Amino acid sequence: MMNLNTEESLSKRQLNSLEKHLLNDFQHGFPLVSRPYKKIADELGTTEETVIDTLNRLQQTGYVSRVGAVFRANSIGASTLAAMALPEEELEQVAELVNEYSEVNHNYQREHHYNLWFVLTASDEHTLNAILDDIEHRTGHAVMYLPMIEDFHIDLGFDLDFDSGY
Amino acid sequence: MDMKVKYRLPSLPKQAELDEVDQALITLIQRGLPLSPTPYADIGKKLELDETEVMQRIQKLKDDNVIKRFGVVVRHHELGYKANAMTVWNIPDERVTELGACMGQFDFVTLCYRRPRRLPEWPYNLFTMIHGKDREDVLANIEQLAKRCNLEPAEHKVLFSTRRFKQRGAIYR
Repeated sequence: MMNLNTEESLSKRQLNSLEKHLLNDFQHGFPLVSRPYKKIADELGTTEETVIDTLNRLQQTGYVSRVGAVFRANSIGASTLAAMALPEEELEQVAELVNEYSEVNHNYQREHHYNLWFVLTASDEHTLNAILDDIEHRTGHAVMYLPMIEDFHIDLGFDLDFDSGY
Repeated sequence: MDMKVKYRLPSLPKQAELDEVDQALITLIQRGLPLSPTPYADIGKKLELDETEVMQRIQKLKDDNVIKRFGVVVRHHELGYKANAMTVWNIPDERVTELGACMGQFDFVTLCYRRPRRLPEWPYNLFTMIHGKDREDVLANIEQLAKRCNLEPAEHKVLFSTRRFKQRGAIYR
């Protein structure tokens, strides 16, 4: 049913129906059964092999980050959001320095006086604090850290609206 | 996008009590399940567990709210949702829980956290991440949010992202 063999062809064309279903329908409640991809294949009227191949390709092209668990912040390990207010000419350099830490998993420039925003996740609070100190020491700029106090969001994934002009 | 009705608040994470096997399991699955016909059995082999126990332990992590969501994790940006704005709100402390619960119901809100204020420079205590296809889409979502949750009087700021330096799943150990 599919004739694309390269990553390139996937990125250059519209997603097919199977890909859309795989991207949208299994963001939560992924089957906890011996052969989950077979169960998904049965639901979508295709084969286990096709599901596995398609997920592999979606992962290679970067549409899918992974198939797996999203952990609740601070339920294991320790994490915090952190922000820095940097002069424009230092921003890129500091962003690169921050990226060097494997504990940093998100790092964005945002439109605000606080213009660099990143999320740090480590095994424990002690490690987290040591990294924040290290970043301050190495950059000479303060880091404002904003750990989560309360989570109001039930994560059911993100409904991809494929119909309106994707 | 329409509001999804959700019936309960998530229970707050107490620091989960995880044994060594759970920790090893988390280390293995945090980068994703193997894309093989029997992913749980394959994980089990590495941990010397049978596949049933792997599935039971993952179910328990879900039940205990350590795993918030289990499934396909997509990248919004690559899928055409090019804009995201961290929208931060200054909400009176006594109303944070009520308004946070309201905001957390919308499916274009992908995070909704209470965080500490850092006065005087940072008065905002409620953080929402809002995704959309472009800026207008994001702003329309924020407007809808403000209207539906009666947030119009609340001081807020919309921090669009202009550059992504890094994005990947967290790695805990």
